[in-house]
Amino acid sequence: MRDVLDAIQTWHARGERIAIATVVNTLGSSPRGIGAKMVVSDAGNMAGSVSGGCIEGAVFDACQQAITSGQAALLHFGVADETAWEVGLACGGTIDVFVEPLRD
Amino acid sequence: MRQHIYEILRETLDAEHPVALATVVSGPDIGLQWLVRPDLPVVTTCADESLNHVVTQQAYAMLNRDEQGVQTIADRHIFIETYPPPPTVIMVGAVHIAVELTTFAKQMGFRTIVIDARGAFATPERFAHADELVHAWPDDALNGRLHPNCAVVVLTHDPKLDDPALLVALPSAARYVGALGSKKTHAARVERLREAGIPDDTIARLHAPIGIPIGGRTPVEIALSIMAEIVAVRNGKRGQLRGA
Repeated sequence: MRDVLDAIQTWHARGERIAIATVVNTLGSSPRGIGAKMVVSDAGNMAGSVSGGCIEGAVFDACQQAITSGQAALLHFGVADETAWEVGLACGGTIDVFVEPLRD
Repeated sequence: MRQHIYEILRETLDAEHPVALATVVSGPDIGLQWLVRPDLPVVTTCADESLNHVVTQQAYAMLNRDEQGVQTIADRHIFIETYPPPPTVIMVGAVHIAVELTTFAKQMGFRTIVIDARGAFATPERFAHADELVHAWPDDALNGRLHPNCAVVVLTHDPKLDDPALLVALPSAARYVGALGSKKTHAARVERLREAGIPDDTIARLHAPIGIPIGGRTPVEIALSIMAEIVAVRNGKRGQLRGA
């Protein structure tokens, strides 16, 4: 969280809407541990990371959805999962990512 | 995350105080959150008092164990993330070894605090690389500052300054307490600590003579052996090193 606080402050001050993605569970090899964060704004800004780069694109899209809908969601990425192959989770593990909008 | 919870979280992290955040990650209550701080009532939009209590207790327990993860509490999957205070090396005595130890500790990712009431030692020129330089008596400076992620290193060589620091540090939550001095100096110190009413098992916590045995002579070598001992204690390896 500490690594994304500055980004949140900057975007918030500019009036951008923000979603926060957090790694809540990992199994097997994964490049970022539990608690790793990525934040995204509706202006298309992004800071932090939840993997070595393999799922950031899908998480970015889920963050935009969360900002639009105001709803939180739990995402699952794993090698046995067809969507995971699509986004290319090459590290061989599974990752659960919780996505939530920052709201008043 | 609600804005008011985020604001408190940010302020707490900026102040480097311990905090935990619990979040329901699936099911009908998805997104429901609790911010748990040892010094505040729980902050949440949940009106269920018994759930608030259970979540708070679990969050405290995980904060103290430096753990995080998804827990099943009252049929809900709740992710508990914990933010213990950052690992910190506190040096009592702004001596030459402290200059070198500050460099190693920074490199190892520790915050560094140097305490010395003597202005000639604790100068900003000597300690430009320290996060904090405190001009105060050690017991005043240490009181209320020590948490489990602290290592306290007592280096003044002067019982008038060393002993008050140890009287605060030894009974505290600090994971590591070490003091400079030969075996003879240490034996005399143990006697004084006993007379001051510190129990034997608390005195036994003190790492003295300080550092792992690498035959260090120069300040930088002694600083290296202290840094290695702090890391060994953090990694649960201290016993093996001492026995070696």
